[in-house]
Amino acid sequence: MKLTLTIWRQKNPGTQGKFVSYPMNDVNPEMSMLECLDVLNERLIEKGEEPVAFEHDCREGICGSCGFMINGIAHGPLPGTTVCQLTTRHFKDGDELTLEPWRSASFPFIKDLAVDRRSLDRIIESGGYISVSTGNVPDGNAIPVGKEIADRAMDAAACIGCGACVAACPNGSAALFTGAKIAHLGILPQGKEEADRRAVRMVGQMNAEGFGSCTNIGECTGVCPKEIPLEVIAKMNHDYLCGAWRERHQAITTIAPVTDWDFAKK
Amino acid sequence: MKLDAGIPSGPIDQAWDNARFDMKLVNPANKRRHTLIVVGSGLAGASASASLGELGYNVLCFCFQDSPRRAHSIAAQGGINAAKNYQNDGDSIYRLFYDTVKGGDFRAREANVYRLAQNSVHIIDQCVAQGVPFAREYGGSLENRSFGGAQVSRTFYARGQTGQQLLLGAYQALERQIDAGQVTMFPRTEMLDLIVIDGQARGIVTRNLITGKLGVQLADAVILATGGYGNVYYLSTNAKGSNATAIWRAHKRGALFANPCFTQIHPTCIPVSGDYQSKLTLMSESLRNDGRIWVPKKKGDKRKPSEIPEEERDYYLERKYPAFGNLVPRDVASRNAKAVCDEGRGVGESGLGVYLDFSEAIQRLGEETIRERYGNLFDMYQRITDENPYKVPMRIYPAIHYTMGGLWVDYQLQSTIPGLFVLGEANFSDHGANRLGASALMQGLSDGYFIIPYTVGNYLATAKRGKVSDAHPEVQAAVTSVQQGIDKLLSIRGKRTVDSFHRELGKIMWDDCGMSRNAKDLQEAIGRIRALREEYWQNVNVPGSGDDLNQSLEKAGRVADFFELGELMCIDALERNESCGGHFREEYQTPEGEAQRDDEHYSYAAAWGYTGPGKPPELTKEPLEFAYVHPSQRSYK
Repeated sequence: MKLTLTIWRQKNPGTQGKFVSYPMNDVNPEMSMLECLDVLNERLIEKGEEPVAFEHDCREGICGSCGFMINGIAHGPLPGTTVCQLTTRHFKDGDELTLEPWRSASFPFIKDLAVDRRSLDRIIESGGYISVSTGNVPDGNAIPVGKEIADRAMDAAACIGCGACVAACPNGSAALFTGAKIAHLGILPQGKEEADRRAVRMVGQMNAEGFGSCTNIGECTGVCPKEIPLEVIAKMNHDYLCGAWRERHQAITTIAPVTDWDFAKK
Repeated sequence: MKLDAGIPSGPIDQAWDNARFDMKLVNPANKRRHTLIVVGSGLAGASASASLGELGYNVLCFCFQDSPRRAHSIAAQGGINAAKNYQNDGDSIYRLFYDTVKGGDFRAREANVYRLAQNSVHIIDQCVAQGVPFAREYGGSLENRSFGGAQVSRTFYARGQTGQQLLLGAYQALERQIDAGQVTMFPRTEMLDLIVIDGQARGIVTRNLITGKLGVQLADAVILATGGYGNVYYLSTNAKGSNATAIWRAHKRGALFANPCFTQIHPTCIPVSGDYQSKLTLMSESLRNDGRIWVPKKKGDKRKPSEIPEEERDYYLERKYPAFGNLVPRDVASRNAKAVCDEGRGVGESGLGVYLDFSEAIQRLGEETIRERYGNLFDMYQRITDENPYKVPMRIYPAIHYTMGGLWVDYQLQSTIPGLFVLGEANFSDHGANRLGASALMQGLSDGYFIIPYTVGNYLATAKRGKVSDAHPEVQAAVTSVQQGIDKLLSIRGKRTVDSFHRELGKIMWDDCGMSRNAKDLQEAIGRIRALREEYWQNVNVPGSGDDLNQSLEKAGRVADFFELGELMCIDALERNESCGGHFREEYQTPEGEAQRDDEHYSYAAAWGYTGPGKPPELTKEPLEFAYVHPSQRSYK
């Protein structure tokens, strides 16, 4: 089949970017979108041009590395699917596809289709965990967790941290990502002890990173490759309100967002 | 060179306790004065970094991905074993130990495996406390399932995403230590050389993948947790970025590489569909719990599976191995799939596939139960193949999945370079010639949470180390050699892409050093790899420059190392004149076609030393002794 890929090309944040169209005349419908880019890149290299930079690793839809907009939809048109698992048979012969990177002020641009998502790591760093050190734990079955609770925790924990929710949100909000972690840990008995602190700190960090506010539009859950339900945002808001009340005497510290890549030597 | 694994004396069930008691400790107040480098942020690397940070060490953790959460442990599907015996079905630490030694075809070190089985129970406790959402019974207790190579249900799981959930648990523990200031994280930073000073590992040379800048990090010890080398084969279930560069460059600095030819072929992957294919997708082994594997009895039978009546189907695993049936270990299942396809009974367009059929299980349990157990896997299969596995049988074929070989380590997980420790898939220690399902996650976490925190402390407390600085000639020499390698790759500007070379190397490896091997093919493969490597250094085309994000350059360095490692794998496979586990030499098989071990001559770990460019590697043997599990012909009949 034939596809035309119109791709955002930009060498680095300091240069001007532009869309470049690449006709692909022999696409095998079994190929994934990323394999289609592989084939394009091989040709570009053979012609002496620079290949398209894009993020990818596992190519099984679980590592969360890959992702870009296809015709304005994060991860493309197929629900519950990352671009690495999106086969080209889901497009029609002759389709024109516009590929552009996640656009968000909290995801600084790197190159072509690659952006910097360290802001998501910092949200986890600010409290997306249960504070338990290695060895200091009871027997696994000493903490019973009902099946329904375990299943709901798992639904939220399935988040792969790809950033599609942010890219899809008209407000550039990271509420689905943040809410998924708060919900996963907050509904488990193990995670209840520090639920207040966790929600207050994580929401505080989300704001410090410059992500927008959630206005319950729902684009995020629509594009989420793991179909994280919108209810995690309700859980986040609930835990944040409770936490903000009970922790009101505590100073909230956030982590300074870092955008450069020149790591200081330790 | 003589290898001393340092296995503690005394009964095996007390060995680890005794070893820990004999270890020297680092005073809590002194821990922060020690800097430790951890390379890799998968299950082993993240759990090690977190645990060492909790103890108070100053930890520097490196990963090439944009976030530590992306490490390929995340893709493990099926589960993690633990000898909890929650199911009251006869499990015990000893039985897990026994199964693992036997499953490894008697090529693993007994004391290490026993310790792994002991630690397995602590891992589950740790992960539950971290909030890993394991599958639960309605009453709230942990659920288990069975898995290949075992007759008890000891596998804990979180849907089909167990690796993801365990890694997120370790990643979150790691982030907690980053927040606490105990760990400094260096994402998008690749280790390109090991710095060895006065015979001790003292640091690494890195490349920042965004700025292209080379950096030097010095430390009191270096811990490699960089995973396996399955991507030598180009097509594998590994992530595209998984590579052997860290362990290979450490090897070239003096660390012995053990059993490189022990690779695991996973029996249940989606078959290859075209030349453009970039990787193979695994379908969890847990599917074999309910799926039945079959091919038509007739050769070249092109009928649809639904048109082939029951009596014309060959459920070959159930027929040949009635005791284990579809749950035979991976090496046995893979070899049998290849055998029926070689006979011309394979299915699908390429004839390289067998059916994995759920119709009987769906009839017995209902579609809902099957969806509950494997829903995400079925969805993934359908997305990729456009076939509905609830209605038609899946087609599967074996693919490279895991490498049991790796850097040689002693009981302390220390390599032959003092101060260089190796964890998880990157080392060779626990799985022998074949790894059982749901054991990789167990080993990564056992090494990271429960072994390295003790053994690295013992090293720091006992090994004398001088002061080092960036100005040291060894540091400068390492940086220069890395820079020269990069400059060379960028200067060739030949006619072929890195991927085209990698694909060709992978094909040689798969054909001649894959599921079955023989001396003649291996010898030829060695010659072809050398010729291809020579062409690579004359004719590869690496576009762009070294001072920004250049994914072709990243790949080029990794593929250069795969050439050298691939050759060593063939040399090792050629040297081992026996069949064991995943290493099947056609010359050595029983009359029924099963692997024929030669315990008299080959009951050892083959540890190879690097002797210089173009020079033959030097073999040192670590004899294996079996005081508890008596080596026997593995039988799953």
